[in-house]
Amino acid sequence: MRIGVVTFPGSLDDHDARRAVDLCGGESVALWHRDADLRGVDAVVIPGGFSYGDYLRAGAISRFAPVMTEVIRAAAGGMPVLGICNGFQILCESHLLPGAMIQNDHRTFICRDQRLRVESTATAWTSQFEQGEEITIVLKNQDGQFVADEPTLDRLEGEGRVAFRYLGENPNGSYRDIAGITDERGTVVGLMPHPEHCVETGFGPSLDGRRFFTSVIERVVSA
Amino acid sequence: MSALDTVTHAEQTPETDQPWADLGLKADEYERIREILGRRPTSAELAMYSVMWSEHCSYKSSKVHLRRFGELPDETPLGKTLAGIGENAGVIDIGQGWAVTFKVESHNHPSYVEPYQGAATGVGGIVRDIMAMGARPIAVMDPLRFGAIDHPDTARVLPGVVKGIGGYGNCLGLPNIGGEIVFDDCYQGNPLVNALCVGTLRHEDLHLAKASGVGNKVILFGAKTGGDGIGGVSVLASETFDEGGPTKRPAVQVGDPFAEKVLIECCLELYAAGVVDGIQDLGGAGLSCATSELASAGEGGMQVELDRVPLRDSTLRAEEILMSESQERMMAVVAPGQVEDFMTITDRWDVEATVLGEVTDSGRLVITWHGETIVDVPPRSVAHDGPVYERPFARPDWLDALQADTTDSLTRPEPTQMGQVLLDLLASPNLCDRSWVTDQYDRYVLGNTAAAMPADAGMVRVDEETGLGVAVSTDCNGRFGRLDPYAGAQLALAESYRNVATSGALPLAVTDCLNFGSPEDPAVMWQFERAVAGLVDGCRDLGIPVTGGNVSFYNQTGETAIHPTPVVGVLGVIDDVAKGVSAGFAAAGQPVLVLGETRDELDGGEWAHALHGHLGGVPPRVDLAAEKALAEVFVAAVRAGVLTSAHDLSDGGLAIALAESVLRHGVGASVDLAPLLQRDGIDAVTALLSESTARAVVTVRDEDALATLAGLAQEHGVPMARVGVTGGERLRVTDVLDLPVEQLREAHAGTLRRHFA
Repeated sequence: MRIGVVTFPGSLDDHDARRAVDLCGGESVALWHRDADLRGVDAVVIPGGFSYGDYLRAGAISRFAPVMTEVIRAAAGGMPVLGICNGFQILCESHLLPGAMIQNDHRTFICRDQRLRVESTATAWTSQFEQGEEITIVLKNQDGQFVADEPTLDRLEGEGRVAFRYLGENPNGSYRDIAGITDERGTVVGLMPHPEHCVETGFGPSLDGRRFFTSVIERVVSA
Repeated sequence: MSALDTVTHAEQTPETDQPWADLGLKADEYERIREILGRRPTSAELAMYSVMWSEHCSYKSSKVHLRRFGELPDETPLGKTLAGIGENAGVIDIGQGWAVTFKVESHNHPSYVEPYQGAATGVGGIVRDIMAMGARPIAVMDPLRFGAIDHPDTARVLPGVVKGIGGYGNCLGLPNIGGEIVFDDCYQGNPLVNALCVGTLRHEDLHLAKASGVGNKVILFGAKTGGDGIGGVSVLASETFDEGGPTKRPAVQVGDPFAEKVLIECCLELYAAGVVDGIQDLGGAGLSCATSELASAGEGGMQVELDRVPLRDSTLRAEEILMSESQERMMAVVAPGQVEDFMTITDRWDVEATVLGEVTDSGRLVITWHGETIVDVPPRSVAHDGPVYERPFARPDWLDALQADTTDSLTRPEPTQMGQVLLDLLASPNLCDRSWVTDQYDRYVLGNTAAAMPADAGMVRVDEETGLGVAVSTDCNGRFGRLDPYAGAQLALAESYRNVATSGALPLAVTDCLNFGSPEDPAVMWQFERAVAGLVDGCRDLGIPVTGGNVSFYNQTGETAIHPTPVVGVLGVIDDVAKGVSAGFAAAGQPVLVLGETRDELDGGEWAHALHGHLGGVPPRVDLAAEKALAEVFVAAVRAGVLTSAHDLSDGGLAIALAESVLRHGVGASVDLAPLLQRDGIDAVTALLSESTARAVVTVRDEDALATLAGLAQEHGVPMARVGVTGGERLRVTDVLDLPVEQLREAHAGTLRRHFA
């Protein structure tokens, strides 16, 4: 089970995502932004960070990197793709997921241990959670406010495509407390919090991040 | 001076009037430059000397005192240092083939002028210092000091500084694992923005800043050079702010963290490929510093074609290019045969790299501009032979009166008033919850953070296989420094050392950022001399070296200097970070113990400061033998795995330590101080508020663990008192206070948010 992790200039959590994949039983594969080559991986993680310095708009430049052309093509063919934080922003910019991310409503960066509710287990990355389960995942972002127009939000909710919601005080003003969403097929998932920081005892507030990776590994192995 | 001022032209025009005074040079310094060169300097040479001979770069006022750090053995408890003071940052061995480098620096003046960029580029600068040792930066910390919390200017400076640190550090992908936030009127016009960075490397990867190997190429890489920060060093860092003076904003640099992040990854790949012979970061004094320091540390000569420097602003003059403090630049010395490999890697990261010249054995630093020589100097004379001042120093005459004005003049609370006193202290600026600030920093990135704010010490894993890691703390109580600078420096050292030990790490080395007023004031110079002496003596007693640091003078407005603020960073090593302990009662039913002796020592403490606005008397007694013994107990107890929590006692004393311990996980405690009071001969109020040193509050798992700890304490001669048990949702101290944890939390939580959100 090979999971690719993309590195853009300015990616920050790429090493952490690779570590998380390996700790959870997968084999991580480094993917380079300039290479239009997914190196035969079975799934892709687009990690957090400030790719291209978030210039223009978070994710706006990365979306045009050669590797993204391949990711978009593979996603259309059903390959599981997880976008974390900046990765979520890139997936929105790539139109693999609807909506957009703008600056947190309080206009400051926020780093905290965030409680989430699992709203959908019907995705490639969440099958090992319980529906409605409360989990704690590290949240850290500057541009984490998920926004979309009302019909889009209604459609996401109506189709069960909200994957995670924030619990407690909404940390960034995201509409309808949405922390993560999925595409129609349930293979592409984007979320603001960072599961790769919740995979090791003593290095994060929980181990809840592990099941993102074990979910996709199980899915691909059993497919 | 519109025409190019070449060396030939300078020789022909000895009488030309030069703006040495505007560049911050004194008349005798200008004369010395003329003596060294045997002619007047060209305008480019004058620019170089002026920035390199500034206080910030040359340490001309502090040098005679800083030499004393060199008297310390260059050994940590684990062996010889790999690189000591004098390099960009000291490097120490932590075992298993790993080395660590760390350093703290000031960016005080720029952060006052332009809080966001000043603080941001402070982070960027210290990170490049660490990279220049061949290390991967792994964590940052920021000791910060501001004026009064309710002063309007603090509302301008603090949010900008915090945003700058976060905005830059978060984008670099370095976890911010600690630091300090202190409020005191004395920092009103002179906030202190210090930045610390830790890096790791394998022993064999150590890179030193030297231009060796005649014929090797000198390569400038990273960002283009622009007009930012020109004269930042000489104009900003070395002159006191005068009221009503001209605005100095243009001299502050502007940072681009994205460029720095890419530069970090690019440098590490260059090191791994073995294509770098020497490396130097470009910080204060920019190219003037990098070329002269590299050349004088190597074969002694360098030839540079300045017109090759890639520019953001094509109108920049040669002098400005030499002085520019544009960020995110590095300079490498590379063997000719490796230049192509070097360029392949910089291309891969889209980092611009330009060969500027080469290493020579001429003993001269020669810089040309479109073929004409504009600089021809002995590089040592620029980098190392700057003026050295024996500034007069004298014990200030106000000190006796200050020391005589002890807290005996203040009315101590009755025991029954202690509940309210504790709530007031918890809400006070220096003791309240810091999370409104620290939540703006990424503490998780890199995935190795074992402890971060509000832990006593930040702790990060270095080796993912073995769990080997380091702990770092920075501390200083400037009020203690004001009362007694020698003791104040030692107390800063003691607290930082204790914080590292409390986490379970063995303290190894010190970095310091010596923040003081104007060296031209004999009283300030006396404070400085005393503080350095205190640190040197203290480090000798503790058996740890000072491996690097920084001096920041001129932190004063008019006649009023800041408190002497020698911020001390201590780094320690721990075999397995999984064994580290942190503050905060973890579970109910665990015995609570106080280690160390408590004396009646409230002078200079938070109770007097926060609740009475009082500063006078003498600071708590320094007992470094007791600190060392306490550290030995901790290192052994953590190895034995008997501690479930540990928190050092410092600002606000036992009362605050207990409150913070119950607040961390919401686990209460019932405390009876009787055993401690009888043993130490003090009353309960004193025991709760005293800031005596060499103390900590700990919990142990059970009675067996308690017996083990008692054995260790006895073996090392550390007094131990069992004072209570964890559990419940209240903090109770028999006959003194009884408060719900939630009420403590309410008091503690809101202060910073209320002032700055």
